[in-house]
Amino acid sequence: MANVTLNAAIPAATSTKGRKQQLQDLLFRRSTEFFALCVLLLLGGVIVSLIIGAWPALTTFGFGFVVSEVWNPVTDKFGAWAPIYGTIVTSIIAMILGVPVSFGIAMFITELCPAVLKRPLGIAIELLAGIPSIIYGIWGLFVLAPVLQQTVQPFLIDTIGQAPLIGGLFAGPPYGIGTFTAGIILAIMVLPFITSITRDVFETVPPMLKESAYGLGSTTWEVMWKVVLPYTRVGVIGAVMLGLGRALGETMAVTFVIGNAHRVAQSILAPGTTISATIANEFTEAVGDLYTSSLIALGLILFIITFFILAAAKIMLMRLDRQGKK
Amino acid sequence: MLYARRRLVNSIALTVATAAAAFGLVWLIWILGTLFYNGITAINLSIFTEMTPPPGDKGGLLNAIFGSIILTIGATLLSTPIGMLAGTYLAEYGKKGVLAETVRFINDILLSAPSIVVGLFIYEVLVVPMGHFSAWAGIVVLAVIAIPVIVRTTEDMLNLVPNGLREAAAALGTPMWKVIVTIAYRAARNGIITGILLAIARVSGETAPLLFTSLNNQFWSTDFNAPMASLPVTIFQFALSPYDDWQSLAWGGALIITITILILNIVARALATLGSSKG
Repeated sequence: MANVTLNAAIPAATSTKGRKQQLQDLLFRRSTEFFALCVLLLLGGVIVSLIIGAWPALTTFGFGFVVSEVWNPVTDKFGAWAPIYGTIVTSIIAMILGVPVSFGIAMFITELCPAVLKRPLGIAIELLAGIPSIIYGIWGLFVLAPVLQQTVQPFLIDTIGQAPLIGGLFAGPPYGIGTFTAGIILAIMVLPFITSITRDVFETVPPMLKESAYGLGSTTWEVMWKVVLPYTRVGVIGAVMLGLGRALGETMAVTFVIGNAHRVAQSILAPGTTISATIANEFTEAVGDLYTSSLIALGLILFIITFFILAAAKIMLMRLDRQGKK
Repeated sequence: MLYARRRLVNSIALTVATAAAAFGLVWLIWILGTLFYNGITAINLSIFTEMTPPPGDKGGLLNAIFGSIILTIGATLLSTPIGMLAGTYLAEYGKKGVLAETVRFINDILLSAPSIVVGLFIYEVLVVPMGHFSAWAGIVVLAVIAIPVIVRTTEDMLNLVPNGLREAAAALGTPMWKVIVTIAYRAARNGIITGILLAIARVSGETAPLLFTSLNNQFWSTDFNAPMASLPVTIFQFALSPYDDWQSLAWGGALIITITILILNIVARALATLGSSKG
């Protein structure tokens, strides 16, 4: 992308045609600039409108809004802790399950798989990343939740559930739907997403580096672990954080299977709720200004969390980019 | 000895990676398999010809499909010019300037921002002042979600246009806006269309932001000032209902959306490779 000399000052036109064209040029330039500014305005608009909408709730409950677990539309008492907790826990489960598998797939695609399969597999992963979340949601509700309820959850309760310390996390009856199920669905959802970015990131490694390592007698795993991963570390963290950003804000897949219970349960098998699921479930039914405002405040909190995570992810991916250009 | 250990570690790691790949794909195949199995049994002619039924009754998804098409077309018409011009600024004028870098950064964040929050934003600025849910609000919310996709691909595609083309046109005395519109756009056409198709694919499955903008409508409606049905919202409502007929329709609708999106993605990809092999 070399800079063309087109931007240089054009000598003042004397003919009317020249002047007209200069005017058109200026108009076109300004209109593109205006719409570029619109993108910034969108972000500003989102933040400002959410703050205005959330203001009644924030002034009524103050900082207590974030730490209170009460959510009672009848008495008009609202606290965001249960949804915030659910959002974080489901995302952590998704990352614990999804990230290693994504790396395995990305590694398989870049290093192991036969050349014929490379492209089709890559395309398949990218197509899967485009499937709307509502599909994952209904699959989770009708297929995954019953399976978990009948097999996996009783097993977890009988084994890990009896263990000291972490036993409490897997206690209680197998509901089928709940925080754990939502985490699994999120893991499946972010899988194609993290995989495709990680694969792109792995492919930025100069072949020369890998070839030198192979030339010294390294095994494939050693090349992966000691050459590719250190080289792409920043980018890989960026990919994981992008996935995390997606998981935190994901709505439909979670809404179907989380159970929408406003409480912080000790067991991750119990129903819970997340910020986005709460908004999706209750917004249109919310009566009363304070109720609506509290839901918007939840949206504001979600937006702030994801904004910082996505910004960090973007900065990391940009750093890898610059490193590649050096 | 050491060599044997390294070999062992290597084969374990590779087996684990292969197993992970297989494991990951199993889930995705399971999901698609269930979707096709349940969806195909639900799809018949009446899905495309009848309206959404009351609970416990047979019917189709005609009004929801129509609503989705209208909302998506509206959003595309609204977002394409905005996204294209903003992308043009980034690629042709702004380049490495402060404004362009900021817009680029913010755009990438908006690309992955939670869509439900965008829905709240439009609720605040459109639905509340208008006093009611409407198809307009649905169109705007989908457009806001589509814009970052179009900005990004337009910029990327314009950057791929060789500068020699622009310089040749400029050397003939062509003003810059004409260079962009008649030369750069034309050279990047396939890529830009790819971006628009990807944006359509992205918004056509969006559910969350529509819940409180265009809401839902059980009847046929062409009034843009009234709530309008859409496939994703109908699927959401029907899937969570206790009625077998509704649940079956939800699966049918889900299959229709998924196939549409897969086709859009495949066409977009095919166009993109066509463009790059030519350029």
